Amino acid sequence: MTTRAEGAPGRVAPWNDERMRSVVFQLAAVALVFALFVYLAGNAVDNLRRQGIAAGFGFLEREASFAISPTLIPYSPADSYARALSAGLLNTLLVASLGIVFATLLGFLVGIARLSGNWLVSRLSLAYVEIIRNTPLLLQIYLWWDVLRLGAPQPGAAWQPLPHVFISNRGVVFPAPVYDPLYLWMLVAAAIGGIAAFMLRRQARARQARTGRMLPAGWLGLALVVLPPVAVFFAGGAPYLLDLPRVTRFDFSGGQSITPEFAALLFALVAYTAAFIGEIVRGGILAVGRGQSEAALALGLTRGQLLRLVVLPQAIRVIVPPMTSEYLNLTKNSSLAVGIGFFDLFSVGSTVVNQTGQVIEVMSILIATYLTLSLVTSLLMNLYNRATALVER
Amino acid sequence: MYKIKLLGAALASLALGLASGPAALAGATLDGVRSRGVVTCAVNTGLAGFSMPDREGNYQGLDADTCRAIAAAVFGDAHKVKFVPATAQQRFTLLQTGEVDVLVRNTTWTLLRDTENGFNLAPVTYYDGQGFMVAKKLGVKSAKELDGATICLQPGTTTELNIADYFRTSHLTFKPLVIEKLDEVENAFFSGRCDAYTTDRSGLAATRSAKAPNPEDYVILPEIISKEPLAPAVRHGDDEWFDIVKWTIFAMIAAEEKGIASANVDEMAKSDDPEIKRMLGISPGMGKVLHLDDRWAYAIVKQVGNYGEVFERNVGARSPLKLARGLNALWTEGGLMYAMPFR
Repeated sequence: MTTRAEGAPGRVAPWNDERMRSVVFQLAAVALVFALFVYLAGNAVDNLRRQGIAAGFGFLEREASFAISPTLIPYSPADSYARALSAGLLNTLLVASLGIVFATLLGFLVGIARLSGNWLVSRLSLAYVEIIRNTPLLLQIYLWWDVLRLGAPQPGAAWQPLPHVFISNRGVVFPAPVYDPLYLWMLVAAAIGGIAAFMLRRQARARQARTGRMLPAGWLGLALVVLPPVAVFFAGGAPYLLDLPRVTRFDFSGGQSITPEFAALLFALVAYTAAFIGEIVRGGILAVGRGQSEAALALGLTRGQLLRLVVLPQAIRVIVPPMTSEYLNLTKNSSLAVGIGFFDLFSVGSTVVNQTGQVIEVMSILIATYLTLSLVTSLLMNLYNRATALVER
Repeated sequence: MYKIKLLGAALASLALGLASGPAALAGATLDGVRSRGVVTCAVNTGLAGFSMPDREGNYQGLDADTCRAIAAAVFGDAHKVKFVPATAQQRFTLLQTGEVDVLVRNTTWTLLRDTENGFNLAPVTYYDGQGFMVAKKLGVKSAKELDGATICLQPGTTTELNIADYFRTSHLTFKPLVIEKLDEVENAFFSGRCDAYTTDRSGLAATRSAKAPNPEDYVILPEIISKEPLAPAVRHGDDEWFDIVKWTIFAMIAAEEKGIASANVDEMAKSDDPEIKRMLGISPGMGKVLHLDDRWAYAIVKQVGNYGEVFERNVGARSPLKLARGLNALWTEGGLMYAMPFR
């Protein structure tokens, strides 16, 4: 017997200490991966130099010289590669944000329909989910594109469902309002209305908690958002000037248009993602205990109230985390646009790679951009998740 | 002890192998080709007349035959080629990383490709120019009438830059529809999604003959908006390999000039013309300087043919494309094909 063994029963040699060992191993693993990256990067730089390929981001300033259409910002081939990439990024953001909104709406419908007591509705929803999520997305994009492109008439024989609206294989062309400074003020009015509606909702909730009486906060809120801009519009003399599409020798000019490529990509992304969201919503609703519904019905709530006030608020907690993945997938899947010629970030990036030969630089920009988009989406969803998560006391 | 040494040597050679990477050292390409036993050649995924798989899956066309000629020069066997189908966007990376030894994929010789991208361009195998194809029923007679038209094209090519330049200088506008896969871009054009299709005129002729529901319904407009000298490319930094590719093409052109064809090459080997004797390896010396067998040019002509034969078979009068020789005739016949002297 030695005193050491008695005096420090918890003390062991560092190489026998479990915590110590795990820290050392983790550090070693990180160092190894880091060293590998440094080695690979050094090798790449070395090889590029040996082959006489210029490296660096200087090329971004050079004139792009290729055309992009449609774009959200003014762009011409005389602009720089940096601006071309920005135009691509905005197209990606447009299709991804619209995609997320519509996929969420459709997904909720599909998920709720799946649980409907109506046999036909629930079976239709089931068929939709199983067909859509079990076929490749790229195939669906091509299918939508073929339908929109081949199903519509040539521009010379375009359908005209409304005056000045043309549907053809060049897409949908419709009148667009010409910008007026007043429109900005209408936006401001709507934003103020939105804040007021939010405060009204809080008030209504507090009042309900106090007195048990419900205010029609939903309708009042909607009115608060919609009416102020309308009032501003008429107060400002109701200026509206429409940019009407004109028939040209080949198709149309002027107005606003939605190309078949954009529509095909959006429809495919929405339909595809909604199938997954539908399942997430169904899972979330089923996760709410049956007793909750029974209790709510026993209290005399209507079916609509039951869904809106009891089931969905609890289901949301289960739905939000997996939903984040779906939003991220949708954004990344939008890069499949390259297959049908929609100018998204990836498609523009590929062209830039080919015109400049700067593979590593452009790919790093693309990766960093998609990563940023994904991290921002995750962050927003995590904030929302924290707001809706169950607060345990 | 011995074992440890062996292990050390193995590790050292592994590290060296990793460190040297795919970069091209002088002479490395030919050594690599010899040890692999095939020339790895990047070609178009499918462009009639230039490189397109036939029913048996063998690539046929002007570009594919250029690859075969290089294999004939190196191995004396035109079959020792591994074709790597490449899209317009993949091709440069394939060559830069050393995945392929040579890129013969209707690639336009430009200043940036010759310098910044790290390539050397061998002699031009086809002088082309970009044009437009439209449906006859549109009644368009000139590219100047295409203001506001939707135009189909493939991305990542000089095509994309030329058309933007052309419309800018003509103060016209157009809507591009840019699709990477050739099949899809052709479908988009023939289904009427685009008013015009633009690419090199050889490509337009190929698409019209191979894919149009009725070739008579489509017309290629007279304007040629660019110079497209299509040339094989190799990596910077290996002059030996560059020389081999360069002189393979010169040999094909020179053979036509001297009247040497696959059918009469054995006959011509008996000729008294000193240049023919040097070329076909009857007088020795022209192989050694290239680090090849003296019979390298003989093998090219015998197995693949001279430039004229290759042209006629793939894109000329004896092919569906029916392209005229035009700029691609020999210099003695008013064209631009001119081989440097064999001496």
